[in-house]
Amino acid sequence: MKAFFPLIGRELGLAMRHGADTVAALLFFVVVAVLFPLAIGPEPGALGRMAPGIIWVGALLAALLPLERLFGADYEDGSLDLLLLSGLPPALIGLAKAISHWLTTGLPLIVIAAPIAVMLHLPSASMLPLLVGLLPGTLTLSLLGTAGSAIILGARRGAVLLPILVLPLATPVVIFGASGADPGSLPAAKLQSLLLESAFFVFCLPLCPIAAGAGLRAAGE
Amino acid sequence: MFSATNLLVIRGDRIVLDGVSLELAPGDAVLLLGRNGAGKSTLLRSLAGLRRPDAGTITWNGQDIFADRDTHATRVAWLSHLDAIKPGLSARENLRFAARTQGGDIGDALASLNLSDLADLPARMLSAGQKRRLSLARMMLGGRPLWVLDEPTNGLDTASVALLASALAMHRAVGGMVIAATHIDLSLPGARILELGAR
Repeated sequence: MKAFFPLIGRELGLAMRHGADTVAALLFFVVVAVLFPLAIGPEPGALGRMAPGIIWVGALLAALLPLERLFGADYEDGSLDLLLLSGLPPALIGLAKAISHWLTTGLPLIVIAAPIAVMLHLPSASMLPLLVGLLPGTLTLSLLGTAGSAIILGARRGAVLLPILVLPLATPVVIFGASGADPGSLPAAKLQSLLLESAFFVFCLPLCPIAAGAGLRAAGE
Repeated sequence: MFSATNLLVIRGDRIVLDGVSLELAPGDAVLLLGRNGAGKSTLLRSLAGLRRPDAGTITWNGQDIFADRDTHATRVAWLSHLDAIKPGLSARENLRFAARTQGGDIGDALASLNLSDLADLPARMLSAGQKRRLSLARMMLGGRPLWVLDEPTNGLDTASVALLASALAMHRAVGGMVIAATHIDLSLPGARILELGAR
């Protein structure tokens, strides 16, 4: 158990040292969001209607980028064996990795989503629901992604397999997240979507680390 | 007392290990020999608790290690054929996570393998032998009782092999156990030799 916080510290230290990987996911998110006004046109009404969907799909794709290296680097250089022998149960290794992924990808995405929403003319009444929904949503994406990246360890063409595995599982996150910030819907409907988004997070919270742990064990065999 | 009885490991449709047994009391050492592909690494992974054997038992003081892998993990000091060194971190930073979880002092560990001068150098600047010494230093941190070493001398020069030999002797003198797979002459006085794939 005592290895849990040191592991998060180790992950954050590595992320700092390889800052380019972290920034790349954020820049990807910004570039995707900027492409939409160029393709659709700058008309504020149309953009504002689509803004939650653009931001959610962008965040989902950006969160996928660092996943392949999440366990992949440790698997290739032998560090994964040391993690498995640190005395920490594999499910907690998965949880610590998910938290680190969220701190280095999910949290910065939430911060940068606000100015991007303004750029996309999201009506101000939808701004708060969007940001509130991103909190459980990005946490869920980190959990699902961690499980996916542990499961593909050792598989050939894992980089291709990962999105195919994770994206379908992430559909509830996108559906509830985007409808929770839909400028066209009533406050009660927004609230309901946010609650469902949170419920899905609570559902994933115990399951994904357990799945990740099983994947790590299998990779260690 | 650490013992393995009648281990059978199957990989795909190939029998890698069959009927392998060994026993270690505190202070004992076992040297694994065998040609490439004889199953040395596979056996070490099983003994460390990373890979469950298809048949046979591995026990620590009579307790099956696979009944509680996480506790067994805290007894094992593991050195695989990979160095598990992060090139972006300094030598000292590479040991930090292990020092927090296993205990032990990073400065002492680095000094014992003659790495003190390189402590703050990024690990990508280290030579292959220096990286190997760094992962040996990490393995020794905190003095876990069971050292499981896969080709520990890979890339080491004669002076470093001597450092390793004295560290091994010191570990056994305080009641530690050593299991090492190697193909060169590693000084392990009184070690039992287990030859794999001799069939």
